[in-house]
Amino acid sequence: MTTLQLFERLETTALGVTIRDSAWLFPAIESFHLLGLATLGGAVLVVDLKLFGLGLKNRSADYVLGQTQPWLLGAIATMLATGIPLFLSEAVKLYFAPAFQTKMCFLGMALLFTFFVRNPAIRRYKNTPPPLAKLVAATSIALWLIVAGSGRWIGFS
Amino acid sequence: MSLLPFCEWLAGTEWSIALHESLHVYPMVQTIHVLVLLPFIGMVIFVDLRLVGWTFRDVPIAEINARFLPWAIGAFCISVITGALLFFAIPVRTYLSIFFRIKLLMLLIAGLNVIFLHRDTRRNKDIWGANGAPPFRVRVAGGLSLLSWGIVIIMGRMIAYNWFDCNRQPQPDFINWMAGCTAILP
Repeated sequence: MTTLQLFERLETTALGVTIRDSAWLFPAIESFHLLGLATLGGAVLVVDLKLFGLGLKNRSADYVLGQTQPWLLGAIATMLATGIPLFLSEAVKLYFAPAFQTKMCFLGMALLFTFFVRNPAIRRYKNTPPPLAKLVAATSIALWLIVAGSGRWIGFS
Repeated sequence: MSLLPFCEWLAGTEWSIALHESLHVYPMVQTIHVLVLLPFIGMVIFVDLRLVGWTFRDVPIAEINARFLPWAIGAFCISVITGALLFFAIPVRTYLSIFFRIKLLMLLIAGLNVIFLHRDTRRNKDIWGANGAPPFRVRVAGGLSLLSWGIVIIMGRMIAYNWFDCNRQPQPDFINWMAGCTAILP
């Protein structure tokens, strides 16, 4: 089965069909996708600003990460729980949309970078900023902005 | 008093038409408007979560405000500028959009909430400087803020949909009144 055939199959799932046939389900789910985005933005920025030296003073990056992590995980869970149904409702269109391909590519990178580079680095250097802290923060912000921007661009394609 | 004639005049200006018809500028302004959600509402959410007492409980509210709010205010300015441009590109339909009107109403509520909150906490400086969850009324204000900004986001997304546009009749009288359609319907 090719990827395109897989996407065609996914579009015929009951969830995908239900959303496609409804006038208001898609925008309603999309609204919650955006609420997740705003929360994710805050959770990412609060930590990255700290790495830039522009966030909370007198607190370790490790502490800031600990305080924001549940909200980051909640936001990502919300975005997946809303994003997957949105995807199912128009999988074939998305297969051909460069903006979607870009988004998925950068989403993968953003998730890997956040959970396998940024967060472990912060945890390892408990009370001092990790090496290259500003580069790490800039990379994190750039990756998530590209994910959000290309996500918006899907609607224009 | 209706702003409709003003919006109609705006819609006829050369710049409004150019922005409306532009292939790249309009979507780019819209994308910036959405991207600004991250620094603006994102930071506001964390200030509000602190007010409610759900995060950063060992950090005084004053410190959270001092470090987070400048970013939120800066991003808010970009949000207002890009939002004004989006309105400028499609003035009449946006003015007569029930979702746009609810969005503005929620912005007003969120704004008033901020003003009352700051007054309250300026009078009671101990609340600002303390750790832990603030008094109940401040927690409620934080919750109200979260709710109103959430509705702002949802309504903003819905402006794109034409379910309640004036040219789609019949609609319940209440909808037409809310959307301002009563003024232009025969």
